Amino acid sequence: MKYRSPLSKATGLGSAKHGFSHWWWQRVTAIALIPMGLWFVISVLSLANGTHAEAQAWLSSPVNAAIVLLFTLTALFHAQTGLQVVIEDYVPTKWINLVLLLSTKFAAVVMAVLAVIAVLKVAVGG
Amino acid sequence: MAEFTLPKNSRIEKGEHYPAPSGATNVRSFKIYRWSPDDDKNPHTDTYDIDMDNCGPMVLDALIKIKNEIDPTLTFRRSCREGICGSCAMNIDGTNTLACTKGVDECKGDVAVYPLPHMSVVKDLVPDMTHFYAQYASVEPWLKTKTPVSLAAERLQSKEDREKLDGLYECILCACCSTSCPSYWWNSDKYLGPAILLQSYRWLADSRDEATGERLDSLEDPFKLYRCHTIMNCTNTCPKGLNPGKAIGEIKKMIAERSL
Repeated sequence: MKYRSPLSKATGLGSAKHGFSHWWWQRVTAIALIPMGLWFVISVLSLANGTHAEAQAWLSSPVNAAIVLLFTLTALFHAQTGLQVVIEDYVPTKWINLVLLLSTKFAAVVMAVLAVIAVLKVAVGG
Repeated sequence: MAEFTLPKNSRIEKGEHYPAPSGATNVRSFKIYRWSPDDDKNPHTDTYDIDMDNCGPMVLDALIKIKNEIDPTLTFRRSCREGICGSCAMNIDGTNTLACTKGVDECKGDVAVYPLPHMSVVKDLVPDMTHFYAQYASVEPWLKTKTPVSLAAERLQSKEDREKLDGLYECILCACCSTSCPSYWWNSDKYLGPAILLQSYRWLADSRDEATGERLDSLEDPFKLYRCHTIMNCTNTCPKGLNPGKAIGEIKKMIAERSL
């Protein structure tokens, strides 16, 4: 950085020309999670004292299975965008930053696939 | 990772104590951060007891009294002494503000005076503003137009459009807001910070400017703009009562408007 002008340091590599869609979808998913989260908590509480068969029957309903999946996938997407912000804020070392960002995204995808298989297995395969 | 503790040679030690003249009844203590590049000492806080019956009411009055009468080595910036130049921005009683408009009676107990947080210190209360000013230059803070206007004519603006610049043009670039922002502390190499973003919005909001799209292009970046997480330290600390947090929100709204 020696002999670089202050303006050259401030300008750096210029704008990445993105950032809006991350900001936008983080907020859209946050709002979407409010009703879905409430629905999910109420449903789980109402099943808490039931039998295994009742829970299975509940998740076999296409509507319930669909909302559970939507809730899980939205939550994973939202969690991953939030963690991205935290990592970008606090981890300046580039390679650690990249490893953490890719790990969180990979973990989110793995959990999403597992959630889809698990819900479908109960809902369809029973 | 982010640095949460100070390196060894930055730890702040206890410094000298300069008692008030005997017979003083209205005494206030000023604990002032001192550091000089010319010796190998750690930074330290010197305590100056001031007879307030013999001193002006503002923190800047006390600093000038200390420099004139007690310790000429105390170094700080000041110029207008009426909140319009922004030179005497520093951290007083835990808040970034202007020493010239902060009354000593507004501070509780010992008056702690430190340089603006998380800036390189040149000496004592003088921070290095080079990067901050370079970031200001990087947003090209001037009217940009393509429509030619004859030299004899003016670029007209309606009263309503002029009002949109109120709350923006008053910014004096004292950097109180930017240096109160954790995002600016951790990522100021790329994040522009509230002061520069408010200044940038001052040109985005100007009805006469014809470079709005290019300005938004250069701001739409995960670090330059979107490091703002709306915690509003900037607005709380602004000694001019401006709202940089809202200005940043307006920039995000403009980008949303053209994307959706």
